[in-house]
Amino acid sequence: MGDNSETKRTALYDLHLELGGKMVPFAGYDMPVQYPDGIMKEHLHTREAAGLFDVSHMGQVVISGANPAAAIEKLIPGDIQALGVGEMRYSFLTNEQGGILDDLIVTRRENDLFVVVNAGCKDQDIAIFREKLAGDATVTVLDDRALVALQGPKAATVLARFSDQVGAMSFMSYAEVEIAGVPCFVTRSGYTGEDGYEISIPNDKAVEICRKLLAEAEVAPIGLGARDSLRLEAGLCLYGHDLDTTTTPASAGLLWAISKRRREEGGFTGAKIIIDEIASKPKMKRVGILPEGRAPAREHTEIADMDGNVIGEITSGGFSPSLQTPIAMGYVPIGLSKVDTELQLIVRGKARAAKVVKMPFVEQRYYRG
Amino acid sequence: MSIKYTKDHEWVIVEGDIATVGISVYAQDQLGDVVFVEVPEVGRSLDKADELAVVESVKAASEVYAPLSGEVVEVNEELEDTPSLVNDDAQGAGWFAKIKLTDASELEELMDEDAYKEFTEGLA
Repeated sequence: MGDNSETKRTALYDLHLELGGKMVPFAGYDMPVQYPDGIMKEHLHTREAAGLFDVSHMGQVVISGANPAAAIEKLIPGDIQALGVGEMRYSFLTNEQGGILDDLIVTRRENDLFVVVNAGCKDQDIAIFREKLAGDATVTVLDDRALVALQGPKAATVLARFSDQVGAMSFMSYAEVEIAGVPCFVTRSGYTGEDGYEISIPNDKAVEICRKLLAEAEVAPIGLGARDSLRLEAGLCLYGHDLDTTTTPASAGLLWAISKRRREEGGFTGAKIIIDEIASKPKMKRVGILPEGRAPAREHTEIADMDGNVIGEITSGGFSPSLQTPIAMGYVPIGLSKVDTELQLIVRGKARAAKVVKMPFVEQRYYRG
Repeated sequence: MSIKYTKDHEWVIVEGDIATVGISVYAQDQLGDVVFVEVPEVGRSLDKADELAVVESVKAASEVYAPLSGEVVEVNEELEDTPSLVNDDAQGAGWFAKIKLTDASELEELMDEDAYKEFTEGLA
């Protein structure tokens, strides 16, 4: 993360330029933050129809071996052995202190695991996999593949025109299917709170498939700006902001991702601290925060109690295009984490009223079959 | 008088000793959809280049600086409910504040329309 090497380009770079994408450096890549429509329209388009996102900067990794599910469970608290073939699960790499090194998605395939990790953490993650799984599993980085997400209520209708197998897939499932004749890895998943797919495509076919998807009336290209506002509305964490090495699964509200068996058996990095904290309760808790009025409270905005004592910090904050109001998430002491707790946000020196609210801010609309 | 610009993309139109200030069409285009504007309090004294206002897009907050020294005598209350005026009419209904000037000679340091056009064309 943040090294001095030249920014990299995804297989879709030229297409972004052709579409008028405003390119910015992100996690070492030159990525479109928005297209000419702008973040607000792109966001709303995704909620109403379908948006196409280039997420090729993320790491795609295959872990294979005699029992890759058992092997990876040494590093993550997710119940990967419980997954059937074609099922996938959200989990995170933890450290010895019970902190989070990255969050990731693990899919169990016939003979291996397909893992998608964050762009900014992928070098670290791959190094950890290689070091800690040496002897148990082989780690293969799929840097010859692009990854795109097709998200929104029309995503399924659109993708069904290119494949007769994707419509029946349920949320958090995986299939190897041909999209317009090209063999792809398709998952029904995403990072917007909407129904949709992520599609892993060989680099040399990525532009061709994206052009076909973009030619459909419902589909518009969407940049990283709207990706961020969409995931925030959906209450989803962004690594490096809402999660980092100082946040634990309990404080981040991610205990749903640790199954009963894993809590009982442990056996992952930092297990004792993480499991103990389930009973002892964390000091701080991630909550949704609704600022009163129209002023957005950005990341690092101080959170104060009603007496004016600074008690926490916003970790993601912005304006919700769907709700037309500012929204945020941040960490507060567990005693102040109940819904409707009144707080103050110190925005440019001024205390502004806010309260704790339930997340997601906008209802998730995943396809559960 | 005619419109003048700063390198930070504020515009100013002076009538008598009152300067109306906002951000340029170019600036609003760079920012994208404006969702909030924090205007200064009436009565505040500003030196040139002091923070005058904050304009927030979906993505980020940006400072707007005072193009000239003076006292804030009026702010655009419409922006509170309709911040999108900055996008729709940046150099008209989307004005931010009126400043009573203390040093009219500062105007000479600002760019005219042609100079600003050339300046923005030179930006990557």
